[in-house]
Amino acid sequence: MDTDLTLDIRNLQTHFTADPGVSKAVDGVSFAVRRNETLAVVGESGSGKSVTSLSAMRLIPSPPGIIAGGEILFRGRDGQVRDLARLSERAMRSVRGNEIGMIFQEPMTSLNPVYTVGDQIGEALRYHQGLDRRAARAEALAMLKKVGIPAAERRLDEYPHQMSGGMRQRVMIAMALACRPTLLIADEPTTALDVTIQAQILDLMRRLQEETGTSILFITHNLGVVAEVAHRVVVMYAGRIVEEGDVRSLLKSPKHPYTRGLLACMPHLGQRRGDGGRLHAIPGSVPSPLNRPRGCTFATRCPLAEPACTAAEPVLEPVGPDHSARCRRWRDVQ
Amino acid sequence: MTAVTVSEQPLLSVRNLEKRFPVRGGLLQRPVGWVKAVDDLSFDLNRGEVLGLVGESGSGKTTAGRSILRLIEPTGGSIRFDGQEITGLPTAEMRAQRRRMQIVFQDPYASLDPRQRVRDVIGEALVIHNIGTRADRRDRVAALLEKVGLTADAMDRFPHEFSGGQRQRIGIARALAVEPDFIVADEPVSALDVSVQAQVVNLLGDLQRELGLAVLFIAHDLAVVRYISDRVAVMYLGRLMEIAPSDSLYERPRHPYTMALLSAAPDPDPDAPKSRMLLDGDVPSPMNPPSGCVFRTRCPFALPACAAPEARTLREVAPGHSVACIRDDVRVG
Repeated sequence: MDTDLTLDIRNLQTHFTADPGVSKAVDGVSFAVRRNETLAVVGESGSGKSVTSLSAMRLIPSPPGIIAGGEILFRGRDGQVRDLARLSERAMRSVRGNEIGMIFQEPMTSLNPVYTVGDQIGEALRYHQGLDRRAARAEALAMLKKVGIPAAERRLDEYPHQMSGGMRQRVMIAMALACRPTLLIADEPTTALDVTIQAQILDLMRRLQEETGTSILFITHNLGVVAEVAHRVVVMYAGRIVEEGDVRSLLKSPKHPYTRGLLACMPHLGQRRGDGGRLHAIPGSVPSPLNRPRGCTFATRCPLAEPACTAAEPVLEPVGPDHSARCRRWRDVQ
Repeated sequence: MTAVTVSEQPLLSVRNLEKRFPVRGGLLQRPVGWVKAVDDLSFDLNRGEVLGLVGESGSGKTTAGRSILRLIEPTGGSIRFDGQEITGLPTAEMRAQRRRMQIVFQDPYASLDPRQRVRDVIGEALVIHNIGTRADRRDRVAALLEKVGLTADAMDRFPHEFSGGQRQRIGIARALAVEPDFIVADEPVSALDVSVQAQVVNLLGDLQRELGLAVLFIAHDLAVVRYISDRVAVMYLGRLMEIAPSDSLYERPRHPYTMALLSAAPDPDPDAPKSRMLLDGDVPSPMNPPSGCVFRTRCPFALPACAAPEARTLREVAPGHSVACIRDDVRVG
């Protein structure tokens, strides 16, 4: 694994036993997150993006879930590379919340309602870094200030329910970053927030990354948010990566019909219905993970599909510098 | 408001609408305070017109939509529908009016009864309003399903057999079953994936035009709202901040809150200008809203005069464009 990589996921397979059959939620996914980089994983429901991030944290409920194959190589603070897919639960506990910080979509369900936010931020510091109560409290206060919580001294002794959604997400970020992780995994961190609060949180995350150099794995369904935060992007569809590349190239000239379609589906602020104008829509819906079509999984919804697309699955091939797409017809995608 | 002649009388006319909720506390759960979820809301909606209603959580947009249909009882103000005052209308007469006013809900998973077949989900309103014979109703349901892009054989299936987008189509068919003149669409696409969202927005747009429906389209996604709406109203903390024809509102917003909302919407174009107008802090508690302009505590342009009651007044600054802001000199962009 290259020395500038923090996370290197290789051919990850995460499966869930279903009745009947096996649901391959993540089916052979490979990508890497560099140091100081924000990598966004984008996809709709059922794409496998959240299962990918939960796998990296080893938070897949088992049973019914299992990491059935692949490697999750992670470079810790000491420079050592470990395969998280094979780490013992005990060893994993010293990585989670310590070397890998996590933020989830709904801060209210991720925070413990019966402890003050100061205790919750301090807990990680006491558990992982062996700080005493007083030092942990001082550090928790410093973190609350860092994430821009006004009147931090007072807020330290408050409970999550006393705070607004945006404030709670700031607390989550303070918790996630308290132990100075080398990797931050953020799973839809702004999806539950209002746009003006979302803008504040994205701004905060960008600023903190510049300051700390933490790598960020950012899971989202929102391509607008991707443009705001990501350096590189991975687009997932039906458990597979269909396109990846640097943010500019991917958003400016998408080469997979799915990415192209997703971008076209989103009305932008200037768009009007006018007379007879319609939004571009992708027909149909995401195939069930229990019954994926043969060949390219997007072929059934793709305007460019031809018989060869359903015969065999296309490979993820380079389409430009730091840009690849899994489409036989990428040259025809404008 | 501009004077209207009888022939162009608006279909819906809302004046000074208010909905207060009691905040209960103590052992006996007595009201200890009031939240004005909707405060002094006035607007007109013409036949065949789409009015977008935007705002963040707690802005009162959903409460406004439901109060207008009297799904929850407004605590003040007037609602005239096709010339008839409907606040205070007795149940039977209200039911007759409701045939002409329908709603499409946000969550297609929660708003369909899981034990009802699609035929009954859609046909129930026809039964309630005594429309047609049994056979007529069946044909009607089949026709409605086809109209919303499903097949007639869907009628014998249960909601769980459908995807989110398909369920929302069923929800739309249910609303259209009684041939309403007016629909409240409350965040109809927010729970859907983007690729499916576009299908449902297109469907709503087509049906609206074909059937000449008046729609109150409630949403927080500004781009979707502009796309579908003729006019747009912006709410904050229960109050109307700005209302204008779509182009005017999006191209020349006059209220600092509208400006902040527009600048906060993330744009997937990497070359889009990222001139951010970041607001500080959170929305204040609706139990204790600021005096004067309710937005002044977060407004970068607030003046001492904004705390005065007059700062709440909506005034017309361009044809059909009204704004509740005392400043005329604020421009962003």
